[in-house]
Amino acid sequence: MSGAEKIQAKVTEITPLNELVTRFRFERIDGGQLPTFSGGAHTVVEMQDGGITRLNPYSLMSDPFDQSSYTISVRRDDEGRGGSLFMHRQVKLGDEMTISYPVNLFSLDLRARKHLFLAGGIGITPFLAQIKQLELLHGHWELHYACRNHALASYADQLTDRHPNETHLYYDDQNQQIDLENLLSGQPLGTHVYVCGPKGMIDWVRNTAAAEGWPEDCVHYEEFLAPQPGKPFEVRLAASDKVVHVGENESLLEAIEREGVDAPYLCRGGACGQCETVVLDHDGNFVHRDHWLTDEEKASGKKIMPCVSRFEGKSLVLDR
Amino acid sequence: MTIQFNDESFRDDYTFHNSDWAIKRFPFPFHEDSYMYSVNMEQHRGGPEGSVYEMRFDVDEHYVSEMKDRAMVLDQDPLRCQSLPHMTLAGWDLLELIMVSKSEDYPELFELHRNGNQWRWINKPLGIDHSFTFMDETTLPYGPMEYITRQAQGDFAVLDQRDEMLWMDAGMVTTQADWSLDFDIGMNFFEWHAPVPKAHEMGIFQRALKFLLNIQQGAPARRLNWTMTVNPLLDTSPENYHKWGIQKTTLTPENIAHKQHLRVELQTFFRLPRSNALVFPIRCYLCSFQDLMTVPKWGRRLHRVIRDLPEELATYKGFIDNRPMMLDYLSQFDDGLPTSPGIWPDLETEPPLSK
Amino acid sequence: MSKFEFPKSIASRPVWGTLEVRPGEHHLMIAEAEGAEAILDIATPDLMAKTHLIYIPKGTDYVERLQALKPAQFYEGPSYEASLQRIRRVLEDAHMGLQVYLTGSESMMGQAMNEVMAVGLPHTAIQTEHRGSVARRMQCVHCKGITEDVEVDPFVCAHCGLNLFVRDHYSRRLAAYQGVRVDAEDHGNVPEPKGIYE
Ligand code: HEM
Ligand code: FES
Repeated sequence: MSGAEKIQAKVTEITPLNELVTRFRFERIDGGQLPTFSGGAHTVVEMQDGGITRLNPYSLMSDPFDQSSYTISVRRDDEGRGGSLFMHRQVKLGDEMTISYPVNLFSLDLRARKHLFLAGGIGITPFLAQIKQLELLHGHWELHYACRNHALASYADQLTDRHPNETHLYYDDQNQQIDLENLLSGQPLGTHVYVCGPKGMIDWVRNTAAAEGWPEDCVHYEEFLAPQPGKPFEVRLAASDKVVHVGENESLLEAIEREGVDAPYLCRGGACGQCETVVLDHDGNFVHRDHWLTDEEKASGKKIMPCVSRFEGKSLVLDR
Repeated sequence: MTIQFNDESFRDDYTFHNSDWAIKRFPFPFHEDSYMYSVNMEQHRGGPEGSVYEMRFDVDEHYVSEMKDRAMVLDQDPLRCQSLPHMTLAGWDLLELIMVSKSEDYPELFELHRNGNQWRWINKPLGIDHSFTFMDETTLPYGPMEYITRQAQGDFAVLDQRDEMLWMDAGMVTTQADWSLDFDIGMNFFEWHAPVPKAHEMGIFQRALKFLLNIQQGAPARRLNWTMTVNPLLDTSPENYHKWGIQKTTLTPENIAHKQHLRVELQTFFRLPRSNALVFPIRCYLCSFQDLMTVPKWGRRLHRVIRDLPEELATYKGFIDNRPMMLDYLSQFDDGLPTSPGIWPDLETEPPLSK
Repeated sequence: MSKFEFPKSIASRPVWGTLEVRPGEHHLMIAEAEGAEAILDIATPDLMAKTHLIYIPKGTDYVERLQALKPAQFYEGPSYEASLQRIRRVLEDAHMGLQVYLTGSESMMGQAMNEVMAVGLPHTAIQTEHRGSVARRMQCVHCKGITEDVEVDPFVCAHCGLNLFVRDHYSRRLAAYQGVRVDAEDHGNVPEPKGIYE
């Protein structure tokens, strides 16, 4: 079986936060306790969307030590393939859904003498759990949170209420921007920086930190890539001897699973490396979108991460 | 089933012994007639009833005596148990994992009563009844990892996971096959495995690490490892090697049957929830050659494995000098008949020794 | 002076690098004896103007040449131990972005690396270059005592007196290689010592 352990849950609360973001609470169907987790962990939510099974990762934002329920916040993406639209439009109070055990690809470095959190938009969610964890452990942290405007700044008020000294907010519509260079160069030795937000923000933080002489191991980031729609293509699965058609609105991994082939995965967001698949033959171009393969591996044409990457061309043969 | 705990020693007069029950359930590590390193990992979700694989943490007849031996080692050398400062949370995770598992798997021996963070732990074999506050170190006599691993058989390495790597940042190590926690603490997966021959070049550690980094909550794994020990000495540490090393030279054809022990480690891997650390319990089982030879299949197989083991491995495992004497003894139990696949004794189906 | 080529070894044995200039506003260099040459190799006026250089000559005569580089701060220490309090003080106030350069013997680099790691820089971010003595700092695995400047194998533990053989297994935390009783299985049978790299 692929993926993490499963939990049968029901939706016990749906809370719209603003125009784009809605919060969902899950509890176990059998009334039992959920596993504790570490701040930064995500759960993979299974959605039965017509004929398609979608599995999307969402950061857990609740108190990691609270075993009564999990909460996630989902931002509606009108351009995407529909996972977030499904959550917003189809999911109703009391619905039963399958979610995965927590998996953490964005954990705190517990040695850090200080944790510096940089959030962009919905990227705030993993930090909410990490902040709760650090509060319990008396950790030293500081948050810089950038949003389009106050109305879209999910949880900003709550954060400033509870942690007025640690929380710093920046609104685009007021032309406020994180003064990143000074922020980074002023941190005491032993600080770790964590960034979660849009790709542009992650790149900006990583590049600025490198230019300021920060060690790579002190810079942590998480960006879940939602698989993007793309041109349909065909793939031959050599080991299972099947030819699979990958539709415009499904990922390569989803298409493989639809055909009943058990393929490994964990994050389904191009970050964990579990779905790495060997390419036996190809005639065409890869659309690599993952964070896992190195540039050389991508250029070699010998590997693909089917959870987020696609293919355009005549033929593709995978060892699966 | 109630366990009769042995009163025995793992040093000096070596009164350690295995009952028939313990021999039958001994985790014989060879599934075929030869041995080479491999990425031999499988899920740890129970096993045949009564086997050492059945429970998350196996408790057997040696429990009480092993815990006494551990206490003696720690009295002499507290450095055998260490935890770097950032590993305390993982220690609480481990304490919870062991208390919950043992109280569920052995309710007649262990009880855990939880009311929020107020916990009461009852360990009947060791006579402990202790109430404490979960996550409050001041309510325990030791740190959480030390507290619970003084009550759990086997060594424990607690690995921090960061930067796509595992780091040995805490542990309780008193029954080790000749490696030092005090020396290795803080090392990464490749560094602490550095002395192992061949496996690096075979790519075993790269693949094993990938597997371990992806072990998830609720989905533990396990593997077996083995070596040889003269006398049932649990504490074969480098720290004391200047004292026990000489025991290897006391082996004679007359005493080898009861002095030479196959030492098997049942190694398990659990993801710890709050810390995202990984715990690696290393449970040591000892069995004398003469007890092993009561199982015809094991007799035939052990001879062939030891005979054909590559020299580097016999050297690394520290029995190259004694190998000829071992083979003289073991060859008596090998009649050349084929053996059935797998590790189980197959007492009903395997023919008796025909020589 | 040419650099010593350490033979290829096991994964725990440190691999020392070659210093290079990295971007950053603050640079801390700790050099010992012939390590001065590694500093001279990379020094530029711009770099040295942002550098605090701590130098332990150990009887060599590089001090004038190093001072001529005009480091922002220069300290000549009679020994590593004597310099330690100063190193700690400098690290206490340092900020992320600090670049650390260590050069000299394995013993000095290993110990200084520990100080830097203790304040939170990962070891992978600390630059090193081996120069000078190839003697090892050894820990006796039995008594835990450290013997400095070990050049031969086997050697006698300076604390408990056992004859120890020299392993390549190295602990970053102890900044030492491991020494294990050589005659544990045959008391009194101690081989003739020879150079570690002979
Ligand atoms: C993360 C958990 C693990 C820990 C803490 C651990 C620790 C160790 C240590 C301390 C040694 C002794 C090295 C020495 O000579 O100083 C060792 C040996 C070894 N380990 Fe691991 N190990 C782990 C996982 C694994 C895994 C998953 C494999 C899978 C292949 C493996 C394969 C080996 C082998 C083949 C040896 C040599 C054993 C012998 O021949 O007796 N280890 N391990
Ligand atoms: S499933 Fe994680 S990278 Fe594809």
